[in-house]
Amino acid sequence: MDVGQYDLNDTAIRTFDPKEHELAISTDNLQVFYGDNHAFYDGSLQFERYKITALIGASGSGKSTFLRSLNRMNDGVARVDGQIWYRGLDINSPRINVYEMRKHVGMVFQRPNPFSKSIRENITFALKENGIKKKQQLDQIVEESLKGAALWDEVKDILDRSALALSGGQQQRLCIARAIAMKPDILLMDEPASALDPISTLKVEETMVELKKKYTIIIVTHNMQQASRVSDYTAFFHLGHVIEYDKTKNVFTLPQKKATDDYVSGNFG
Amino acid sequence: MDSKTANKLALLTIKLIAGIVVVILAFLLGRILLQGVPHISWSFLTKPSQEFIAGGGIVYQLFNSFYLLILTLVISFPISLGAGIFLAEYAPKNWFTEVIRMAIEILSSLPSVVVGLFGFLLFVVQLKMGFSILAGAIALTFFNLPLLTRNIEESLNAVSDLQREAGLALGLSKWRTVLKVIIPEALPGIITGIVLGAGRVFGEAAALIYTAGQSASTIDFTNWNPFDAASPLNWSRPAETLAVHIWKINSEGIMPDAAAVSAGTSAVLIIVVLIFNLSARYLGNRLYRKFTAADK
Repeated sequence: MDVGQYDLNDTAIRTFDPKEHELAISTDNLQVFYGDNHAFYDGSLQFERYKITALIGASGSGKSTFLRSLNRMNDGVARVDGQIWYRGLDINSPRINVYEMRKHVGMVFQRPNPFSKSIRENITFALKENGIKKKQQLDQIVEESLKGAALWDEVKDILDRSALALSGGQQQRLCIARAIAMKPDILLMDEPASALDPISTLKVEETMVELKKKYTIIIVTHNMQQASRVSDYTAFFHLGHVIEYDKTKNVFTLPQKKATDDYVSGNFG
Repeated sequence: MDSKTANKLALLTIKLIAGIVVVILAFLLGRILLQGVPHISWSFLTKPSQEFIAGGGIVYQLFNSFYLLILTLVISFPISLGAGIFLAEYAPKNWFTEVIRMAIEILSSLPSVVVGLFGFLLFVVQLKMGFSILAGAIALTFFNLPLLTRNIEESLNAVSDLQREAGLALGLSKWRTVLKVIIPEALPGIITGIVLGAGRVFGEAAALIYTAGQSASTIDFTNWNPFDAASPLNWSRPAETLAVHIWKINSEGIMPDAAAVSAGTSAVLIIVVLIFNLSARYLGNRLYRKFTAADK
């Protein structure tokens, strides 16, 4: 099947009325270039607060590129044009303190990447770097974060053991705990379950549904069942364009564009 | 010949070649140790050397070797660490970085006698340092710097980018990420590299003959004021090391037991270098386990 047959400018992208929906973050004319390679075109997307938004699409569709631009992880790797609005600030501006911004926009990666430190230190490390020194407070955040990531019961007795001794699924939930320990507003997740077995995947998904009570989650996924199970909204990316963005139910059951329809029914990708 | 036989033959050849290497190494080590160890005694290790009569020891040379090594590391480690961090973490991919890399490559392939003569002309003569431990330590730094820098750069590069992303995504600055995440992770490799490099520096002779000199001046081990000429810590005194001592005895030694002193010194040198290499492996393994907590 020829994936280039669709009109990439024929799109159906929902917008939110700020009076009815509280927005967490939104982008205006975001474009990403890797050298001469135009990897992502003109994405203007709004993300509602306390919802899970899934970014789906085939490999190379630009969804990870888009996600990593949101917390400036593409700095020094790619050129990102356009605006990213967060709390009235354009966080894509060169004047923004990127390190400060990333405390508000956390990220969980595709492969679990705990530090080679103990489970406890994995969580307290960045907190200490930010000047939280009191043991009591740190202990409390460790417990809260691990509970938030549904890992507490499994590790509460082995907090001082190496994080590398945990299973892949546990490591990934530790990475989630580490991210939420910073109390971010927004949690970006780049295929967080793609390296995990089905049971661990399910646990991570349950964790996400629990987390959206407090956080806005934007998740890139290859797994369409996962997108339909956990997300409230879904954006379909194709060849660097956002083709369709709507409630997850609509995208999967009543897609408006043929490209979306073909993708969600498994005709390509 | 079918593929199975060919495979067996290839394997046999490789094993044979590896075997030859092991045999040569074992022969050399065995010969040096067998000839030298009988001459090693407490008095050999604790007495000053003699030029004309038998019964000299190597205490000054032994001390000088270690002192020179420590001084070399004190000078070369901070420079290598900075250069290694720059190359691994910050250096942009451009011609300037390439020039630095090439300079390091060239420096590492300089013959040590050239480094020694250069040190002689520049430090000993031009800068009027005279034959001194400091001149020797600087010459050895030239020798050690490229190795250590490369080792540190490679150890840092071996740390997964996922770790860098993890630090940055938590709002840590690049520098804090390097300092608190990447360097600790690379530490076992760095320390192994330092100790292995120390073994090479310890056995170096050619670079020292014209810099640290060939005479072991009398040292007073009760005087620890580094500014006093007789103090062991004084860095402006000439200082013959073990390797230079061996070279000197064999080229112009006139003491009656020259052969025995040379054999004993060689054995001591080899044993120290062996200890360095074994402890590098041990330390590396231990640190790796400590950091990954694999043994808990």
